[in-house]
Amino acid sequence: MRTARAQAIVWGVVGVLGIAALWELYKALAPEDGVTVGSVTVLPRTTDIAMPHIWDMVTRLFEPVTRAAGADALWWAVLQAAAFSLGIAALGWVLGVVSGMLLALLMQRWLTAESAVLPWVVLSQTVPLIAIAPLVKRWGTNIHMGSFQWENWMSVAVIASYLAFFPVAISALRGLKSPPQADTDLFHAYAAGWWTTLVRLRLPASVPYLMPALKLAAANAVVGTVVAEVSIGLGGGIGRMIIEFAATASGDPAKTWAPIFGAVLIGLLSAGLVALLGRGLGRFRRGEVPA
Amino acid sequence: MSATRAAVTISGVDKVFRTRKGGEVHALSDVSLEVAAGEFVSLIGPSGCGKSTLMRLVADLDGVTGGEISVFGKSVEQARKDQDYGIAFQQAGLLPWRTVRANIELPLEIHGVEARARKERSDELLALIGLEDFADHHPDQLSGGMKQRVAIARSMAERPRLLLMDEPFGALDEMTREHMQNELVALCQETGAAVIFVTHSIPEAVFLSDRVVVMSPRPGRITDIIDLSFSSRDEELREDAAFYEGVTAVRSALHGGVADGPRGVENR
Repeated sequence: MRTARAQAIVWGVVGVLGIAALWELYKALAPEDGVTVGSVTVLPRTTDIAMPHIWDMVTRLFEPVTRAAGADALWWAVLQAAAFSLGIAALGWVLGVVSGMLLALLMQRWLTAESAVLPWVVLSQTVPLIAIAPLVKRWGTNIHMGSFQWENWMSVAVIASYLAFFPVAISALRGLKSPPQADTDLFHAYAAGWWTTLVRLRLPASVPYLMPALKLAAANAVVGTVVAEVSIGLGGGIGRMIIEFAATASGDPAKTWAPIFGAVLIGLLSAGLVALLGRGLGRFRRGEVPA
Repeated sequence: MSATRAAVTISGVDKVFRTRKGGEVHALSDVSLEVAAGEFVSLIGPSGCGKSTLMRLVADLDGVTGGEISVFGKSVEQARKDQDYGIAFQQAGLLPWRTVRANIELPLEIHGVEARARKERSDELLALIGLEDFADHHPDQLSGGMKQRVAIARSMAERPRLLLMDEPFGALDEMTREHMQNELVALCQETGAAVIFVTHSIPEAVFLSDRVVVMSPRPGRITDIIDLSFSSRDEELREDAAFYEGVTAVRSALHGGVADGPRGVENR
């Protein structure tokens, strides 16, 4: 076990270093204007603006964000933005998982609900994010309940959950329906009601189906958050930072890469958190094929 | 036997399944049978004779189309709700996330038996099936025979006076099968429960049963009932002339029941 884990870490590091080496190798060997076939560029330009050196990106992280006095170091600003986005993504994930589970339960309980709801669930994912972002914002601002006020970050979380609920709903439905008839017969013979059968049979049986879905939902929530931050115009997160820094790309190319590292960090963290959750549910995952 | 109160009374039962295309399958036609308390009755017959269907009707897993079934004088639904029977299927059907002990305790847990009483009962049953050392193992760590033993222990967890078994040894190899049959005989003698036992195997039916009910298909019906009154059921019985007479009797009943010969019956 221990050696397997150590090996995994070593290979992970080798992978990252490999990509860095490939980057620098291509930058060193390929022509400045990239490789073109006819008038189409098939491989990117290798100028410092298009492909800054890895070490430039890293050293840039430790310089101040702007030349203004008292500016934070870039890595610190990125980390703060990443934490902000991760918080919203986490909220979106929770909302998505809860609504996905509820939809799956509804569809499992009533066959008519399945045929009525499932097509809409699938259809919902064909609507582009940038189309629903202004809608969510407008609907949200129409909510007036006492002193409650709809904030932009809430819109972003809702959009993140919109992407996150889908894999959960689909996989949870499959999982809830996974017990063979012999098992449901057994519970019927025990005169167990719907709730008992759900808690003691269907939910535990759905865990192996749910784990990959929760990971997918986490990745979707992160992507949804970053994109929605841009569409909604919410500052403070990674999404806006990517846009802002891209504007300075010609003068400070290494800086544009910093928020991208931030986005990768959020992705890794959220995947790690879900994996941690999965470890707690280990006994329900017997017989699961490792993904 | 007839003096004791009946465990199961089946009278004039019909069962028709409707297929999706609107057709009808006559699974059982005018089946009547009485199983006395403590009696071991096997249902045997070729595939499609409705023996499993009949057991499912007694278990209230399916409803009758016509006729009536009562279990200990109650409706099948009431008997199911009162947990008057224990049930075991061909597939052990253990829950993979539960340990052996937790699987045996499942029905007790569902019916709100408190933890200490559950543990006492599962200790007893684990000893009975000889799997004390495997209490904390998970089903994927057990052999087929062990799983089936756990399933049988689970069916006995609530001390039912009636056991319904649908080919519980069907998936086991011959060696394990005979061993399990011996164990089942011992378990039944200890508990005194009535058993309805569905099987494909003639020797199995003969070895275990007080009566063997022979069924035939299209539509499923009872063609013969063979009484077997062995004084004892042990390894010696398997070599006994009376045993072979029983096997012959059941076999000829099976062959006589269907003009074009029985299908799906194991003659081993």
